[in-house]
Amino acid sequence: MILLILRRLLGFALTLLAVSAAVFFVMNVLPGDPAIVILGIEATEDARAALRAQLGLNDPAIWRYLAWLGGAVQGDFGVSYSFKVPVAELIAERLPMTLALAGLATVMTVALALALGVYAASHHGRAGDWAVMAFSQLGIAVPAFWLSMLLVILFAVTLRWLPPGGFPGWDDPLAALRALIMPATALALVQTAVLARVTRSAMLEVMRQTYVRTATATGLGPARVMWRHALPNALVPIVTIIGMQVANLVTGTIVIENVFYLPGLGRLVFQAISNRDLIVVQAMVTLFAAIVVSANFIVDLAYLWIDPRLRPRS
Amino acid sequence: MPAFRTVAPAALLAALIVVTPAWAVTSLSVGLQQEPTSLDPTADATASIDGMLTQNVYETLTVVNEQGEVLPNLAKSWTVSHDGLVYDFVLHSGVTFHDGTTFDAEDVKFSFVRAMAEGSVNPSKSIFAPIAAVEVTAPDALRITLKQKDGFFLFNIAQGDAAIVAPESVETNAIKPVGTGPFMFTDWTRGDRLVLSKNAAWRDAGSVAIDRVEFRFVADPAAAANAMLAGEIDAFPGFPAPELMEQFEADTRFKVVVGSTEGEVILAMNNSDEVLKDLRVRRAISHALDREAIIEGAMYGRAQPIGSFFAPHHASYVDLTGTYPHDVEKAKALLAEAGVVAPEFLLRVPPFPYATRSAEIIQAQLADAGMTVKIENVEWGFWLEEVFRNKNYDLSIIAHTSPNDLGNFARGPEYFYGYDNPDFVKLWDAIKFEADPVTRDALLKDAQRLVADQAVHGFLFQLPKLGVYAQGVTGFWQSAPVLYQPLAGVAKVK
Repeated sequence: MILLILRRLLGFALTLLAVSAAVFFVMNVLPGDPAIVILGIEATEDARAALRAQLGLNDPAIWRYLAWLGGAVQGDFGVSYSFKVPVAELIAERLPMTLALAGLATVMTVALALALGVYAASHHGRAGDWAVMAFSQLGIAVPAFWLSMLLVILFAVTLRWLPPGGFPGWDDPLAALRALIMPATALALVQTAVLARVTRSAMLEVMRQTYVRTATATGLGPARVMWRHALPNALVPIVTIIGMQVANLVTGTIVIENVFYLPGLGRLVFQAISNRDLIVVQAMVTLFAAIVVSANFIVDLAYLWIDPRLRPRS
Repeated sequence: MPAFRTVAPAALLAALIVVTPAWAVTSLSVGLQQEPTSLDPTADATASIDGMLTQNVYETLTVVNEQGEVLPNLAKSWTVSHDGLVYDFVLHSGVTFHDGTTFDAEDVKFSFVRAMAEGSVNPSKSIFAPIAAVEVTAPDALRITLKQKDGFFLFNIAQGDAAIVAPESVETNAIKPVGTGPFMFTDWTRGDRLVLSKNAAWRDAGSVAIDRVEFRFVADPAAAANAMLAGEIDAFPGFPAPELMEQFEADTRFKVVVGSTEGEVILAMNNSDEVLKDLRVRRAISHALDREAIIEGAMYGRAQPIGSFFAPHHASYVDLTGTYPHDVEKAKALLAEAGVVAPEFLLRVPPFPYATRSAEIIQAQLADAGMTVKIENVEWGFWLEEVFRNKNYDLSIIAHTSPNDLGNFARGPEYFYGYDNPDFVKLWDAIKFEADPVTRDALLKDAQRLVADQAVHGFLFQLPKLGVYAQGVTGFWQSAPVLYQPLAGVAKVK
């Protein structure tokens, strides 16, 4: 078990190293100079040269990468070219909102998808099943940004129940939740559609097993059979999909944050790429990679917890 | 030449501080499409820094009003020597920076010397190039000596690039701006909003009707419209979507104000290209363009056509839109005369809606005249590097948003226009050094005609300023002769 975790940690470190090197290479090949982006087209050549010197852009690329890497392993991600503040600070002020949004969306997705999927499976072939399937078909087809627009027009513009966008900060948790509810719903509904289908088919698969019939035969109620006996055995494919969806959420928030003008990581990475703020892009892409790799790792651990057969023999 | 002298309006330091009761706080929320990454206009060219902070938080010696006139600001008056080289400024006294430090002539000297210095990263360093010396003659008096006459000097030092900053706070202005203006910086949540509050100690604080200003950053045009409709935002002075104006005009809760900016939108031609070097080819392209159709299609009719590189709201403007009337046959004939058969051009388009929308219309119009245009949509960092710096393009579409930028045509073949005309350089030098308004006016008209006659670019339209305001909000400028919007004259009645 410990060996497994150590092996995964080594893989984690190597993945991040490879990602950061790839980002650095791509950003250096991409045409664009932070000094022109910051100073604009009226700037004189000597002002641009002065800025490049100030930002340390005249050092050889490989040296800049190694210097960044040296700092990064000690927790120092450098100072942003365009924001003029430490990268760690920039990320730290935006990370909570993005995590809260992704977390809320995940909770909503899992709760709603399991309920719908189990319901559809237990009503297999009947009207309820068809309704869930139709909903999920629609959910897969509708892009999250378009759904967001509809939600805003209904709940913010017409009914005025919720703010159309923006984020008031964490001082007032209720206001923060109000700001996140629509974006999280928009993200969650699309994900729910996928997960509900997976839940339904995994449940149907399990329900054909003889132990389900046995459980029913011993006189257990249908709800108990579904939730206590069938669902736990159907969880492996469901958890796999949840893990993949967490990765999708990271990219999904970029679009949603734009529609709801939320101050999250998605907007930051977009701004940083436009500004050729290499040092910010590098830290952020590495962070995204870390989130995705961690999600996969948690999924693997979850398998062990769900299915004792997968645990290594001690 | 007589010395000219300006005196500040009668409202000299009226130390009358209006105490506003807490229940009467007037708060205004202003929508902006572009969010800056730093807040120092003397080190970053992002237009929204000026849009939010110049003349609100930061002040300058002089100020430009909505009509484009130069008026006193931190300098309450000045005199100019007969040879036009020595400027003596008298400054307001008793002014303090928002952090409590005193403002005096030493701060002005510090700001100018810093911008001129070797190693300066000022985005408009060239406006300080004519300065020979800056001397403090008294705590409230300053003398600036120029190397050569500069007709734009007083206008240029009214821009955010020449903001007066203090040595005590200059290092942190990028994240916590400190100036002398009517509003103080309060808070900035990056990615979301920036908050200013009224500076009760400002010299004319009685004229400030807003206690708190909240700038909200909304990049997406549809989200901007929804934020206005939901009542989250009171004013959107630079609304990003001309196609939505009609909707707001029909809604009695809003006012739509269409004005002009300093942005000339051009179909830029690489004049150093083998084919485009030929005046007949450039004229053929100009004849092939149908401005009305471009304005209708790309801007929903909300823009004024231009025939040269000059803003129509300017007093010295000449209408040259008739120089190359839309005439496909004429365009074909000119191409044939130049011996160019079925030319192909690469049109590299930056990611701005006015540009991307114009591109396809232009492609179709040039195709009618037998020219093939390949459109390549590029990202802004790429455009700056490949088009602007490396001149790696045939055609592009771009708005030049600086005031007085007709001088671009005097920048020589190194500039991305690739245009080389010693006659224009001579003409522009004359304009720069000319202080007599009548002669200058005639010279500016000559320069517009020369650029139009040479068909250096396809001149398309003046970028409009589309403002959407909630009823009750007043005082925003209709047109924008500069990048800033003073909020001291803005009011909001509920």
